[in-house]
Amino acid sequence: MILDHLPIIQVIVPLFGALLCALTRSGKVAWVIAAIVSLLMPLVAIGLLQQVLSQGVVSYAIGGWLPPVGIEYRVDLLNVFVLLVVSIVGAVMIPFAARSVAAEIPEHKQSWFYSMYLLCMCGLLGITITGDAFNAFVFLEVSSLATYTLIALGSDRRALIASYQYLIVGTIGATFYIIGVGILLTVTGTLNMVDIADKLGDIGQTRPVLAALAFIIVGISLKLALFPLHVWLPNAYAYAPSFATSFLAATATKVAVYLFVRFVFGVFGTGIEFGSFAVADVLLVLSIFAMFGASIVAVFENNIKRALAYSSVSQIGYMTLGIALGNLTGLTGGLVHLFNHALIKGGLFMAVGAVAYRTGTARINELGGIGRRMPWTMAAFTIAGMAIIGVPGTVGFISKYLLAVASFEQGYWWLPFLIVLSSLIAVLYIGRIVEVAWFREPTGAVATATEAPLSMLIPIWILALACVLFGLDTEFSAGLAERAAAFMMGAGG
Amino acid sequence: MIDGVIPPWAVLLAAAALLPFTRGAVRSLLLVAAPLFALGLVWDVPDGPVIAFDWLGNHVVLLAGDRLSRLFGTVFTIMAFAGGLYSINQKSTAELSAAFAYAGAAVGVVFAGDLITVFVFWEIMAIASSLVIFSAGRHAYKSAMRYAIIHFFGGVLLMAGIVGEITTTGSTAFVSMSPDTLPRVLIFLGFLVNVGAPPLSAWLPDAYPESSWSGMVFLSAFTTKTAVFVLLKGFPGTEILIPIGLYMVFYGIIYAILENDVRRILAYSIVNQVGFMVTGIGIGSEMALNGAAAHAFAHIIYKALLLMSAGSVYYMTGKRKCTEVGGLFRTMPVTTICGIVGALAISAFPATSGFVSKSMISQSAADAHLAIVWFLLAAASAGVFLHAGIKFPWFVFFQKDSGLRPDDPPWNMRLAMWFLSALCIGFGLYPAPLYAILPFPTDYLPYTPAHVVYQLQLLLFSGLAFLILLNQLRRTETISLDIDWFWRRFGRAMRIEFHGWSAVAWYGIAERTVRGAGRVMSALYRHHGPQGVLARTWPTGAMALWTAVLLAAYLLIYFL
Repeated sequence: MILDHLPIIQVIVPLFGALLCALTRSGKVAWVIAAIVSLLMPLVAIGLLQQVLSQGVVSYAIGGWLPPVGIEYRVDLLNVFVLLVVSIVGAVMIPFAARSVAAEIPEHKQSWFYSMYLLCMCGLLGITITGDAFNAFVFLEVSSLATYTLIALGSDRRALIASYQYLIVGTIGATFYIIGVGILLTVTGTLNMVDIADKLGDIGQTRPVLAALAFIIVGISLKLALFPLHVWLPNAYAYAPSFATSFLAATATKVAVYLFVRFVFGVFGTGIEFGSFAVADVLLVLSIFAMFGASIVAVFENNIKRALAYSSVSQIGYMTLGIALGNLTGLTGGLVHLFNHALIKGGLFMAVGAVAYRTGTARINELGGIGRRMPWTMAAFTIAGMAIIGVPGTVGFISKYLLAVASFEQGYWWLPFLIVLSSLIAVLYIGRIVEVAWFREPTGAVATATEAPLSMLIPIWILALACVLFGLDTEFSAGLAERAAAFMMGAGG
Repeated sequence: MIDGVIPPWAVLLAAAALLPFTRGAVRSLLLVAAPLFALGLVWDVPDGPVIAFDWLGNHVVLLAGDRLSRLFGTVFTIMAFAGGLYSINQKSTAELSAAFAYAGAAVGVVFAGDLITVFVFWEIMAIASSLVIFSAGRHAYKSAMRYAIIHFFGGVLLMAGIVGEITTTGSTAFVSMSPDTLPRVLIFLGFLVNVGAPPLSAWLPDAYPESSWSGMVFLSAFTTKTAVFVLLKGFPGTEILIPIGLYMVFYGIIYAILENDVRRILAYSIVNQVGFMVTGIGIGSEMALNGAAAHAFAHIIYKALLLMSAGSVYYMTGKRKCTEVGGLFRTMPVTTICGIVGALAISAFPATSGFVSKSMISQSAADAHLAIVWFLLAAASAGVFLHAGIKFPWFVFFQKDSGLRPDDPPWNMRLAMWFLSALCIGFGLYPAPLYAILPFPTDYLPYTPAHVVYQLQLLLFSGLAFLILLNQLRRTETISLDIDWFWRRFGRAMRIEFHGWSAVAWYGIAERTVRGAGRVMSALYRHHGPQGVLARTWPTGAMALWTAVLLAAYLLIYFL
């Protein structure tokens, strides 16, 4: 019987976990609660995956109120894929949190930190699983508010400003989104996404619908840090606690990308063909700007966390590029990159977090020779770095290959050039860190540093090895992404 | 794996992975045994696809054999064996590990049955060879970076081309083609980068001499020759290759004659020799392709021999320049003899392997009635004798006495040199086994009186020229300026400005292609650098403004 209720369990467990964490005063107890919840989540997601694979779309009516009147949780191939990404990342990372959080957050705030982490996870899973446009807004706010707090808990004072800026900008994004949803409600009289899609099919391309589309797209673009709306991201990631950065970088923007795909293909796709409106062209141009502009900034940046944050902006460019190409291969590439980038960036940020844990700094010029003191950490960093460059045999290659094929299919023969050229910039910003780490003599704080503890190394290495594993065996990631993409394209008619 | 065939490259890659965990006798054993095992496996690979599977909807043939791939596989594994034997004394296991991965990837390319596999091994090769240069020490870092960047750039061209080829033809097969569509042009250009074609020839003499005494032995064998292999397989008879090859031939000679650094001389002579092969591929007749393949085979062996000889001198004395050494024949007899054998082979002296392979290319030019090509090749042969055949042994082992009294290198290095010398002379006297494994059946006879007399005349007169010009050729403390000087100069300027080596590499390339790139780059830095508009922390209001702008843009587009 419990299997019938998996969709609600996926969301309600982190919510109650957050509540429990808030009640305790001990950071250790809070960590145990967070760990239990985090480890449980992938099991629920896998259970859902099996249900989706065996019986198709899973629909769950909250409180027995049937859709479209009640809130519907609707699990299909696309969002079960994202649920897996978010929950697995959380489960892999939670052992890392124990030491990292203990070192970076004052004792009396640690339980709050875990409470916020679980709330954030609850929000992200909720956005993904819900089939209700307004419910998605609620979860968007839940995750955002939790995120602002997580960032503000960073030990650097600039974390407060970064969090405040994100709060303002994030609220604008959420407002835009809700305005769009409001217009849709007026036009269609419903909030259920499937129902909206059905009704839009009849209404077609009217001005209010297009206005709703514009508001929703810009709103979500802010949350997914689409260039040039990315400016909140680098500081937020750079000054947040290491664990929060790792988790958010691997999940938060991915969920926003999911929501984007859901609206563009799932909701609006029925009434308006994606390629026919200008979203695709604008998105394509902005994606290319992101791929280059943000990576070049990363090359010059001295703070590794900030450099990686800029790299995230450019990698999001690849995902939106796949969406903008609008064909099956492109969407597959975008979704695979969503999965792949979660592995890669999670690994990279955790490695930097481990370095910061041992040395207290994340600035390149102070980290010469760190590879000689922390060989395992930096070896994993190097592997994940190669994956972000897109070296064959790693996950990054799969994404870029699919995107390149998709561009050719779409007739953009010049685009693969730009894709690979922008990977060359990744060679520069990763290569620069790798060079400093391995080929300099250790000095200063680095000279006395020791290898990271196992509780950190193991999560880092799981992700680093996954970067290679899923680069060789594409059955799970690319296979599932392709089915999800085909499902969405089919839904879009 | 399938049908009990183990891919030869797997053995070398496994050895590369194991090397860091071994030491002493086990390490030495691994260095010589793994390549021999791989050599045996090369001849187990049957014709046609062996290991194939579907990957992302593409047919990937991980292992496929034919005559050409077995020929190159053979010489690559022989080379890995000789190199492994030679470099047992190399303290840096990292370098040896990289060198074996490099050799394994090169073998992987020649046994690749489709373009995706080619690309994957191509990139492993680029990374591993860069690491070989990196492991030579601090002085090599900058060269290694320039080398890596150039090869990643070649990888970009190749990848874009391969993806385009798969999309346009729907097939991943690596077949004989010609550069007639855009994707194929890109593949062609990607290959040309590695072969050392103009205008990027300078990466080779820039990077190779900076590697260690053992590293260069490996480097000389694989990168350019895998490129020759893929050109042979993919683009035989592409006429543009004839002028490209001839340019490389003369580029190598001219710079080698001017150069003072022994190992740089030999690096230039790699470009020169590969030029002969590229010309042969461009001519495209069966005889020419046979000649190019045979010359690649012979060249790998004698060039490695020359570099082992030069490497021994470097290893024992730490000296690299012609002006710093001389008169070493007294105390290094083995190194001297083996160096002379290599020098004779590269000059295509009768009774050496160079003679039996190079004459095929000249002969094919004559058969194809390409008179100008034939004359240029003849002139170049004389030039090769001048710069590598006489100049190298003369200035290093004879000439004035430098006063240095180094011993011959340790036994394993001597053994490796003897082994390669034996191969050079063995194939020269008895070329039948080599001819038997060439891609096309041949009944070519190298030892006709006309050939022998012609070659001897050529060598005699260029030897005479050397004696007459000896005073002019006497090496002074010069550093010849190649095109790579510009990258380095520009690199230095940029470094002062940006103090980061990434800038050096990135801007180095930009300079070669864009005049006045400095302005572009400083603009880039102005916008993207730490204080740039894209990297600064924006005021919150500016972010909100951008959001509004984007919304307005969308609404406007829809409205229209």
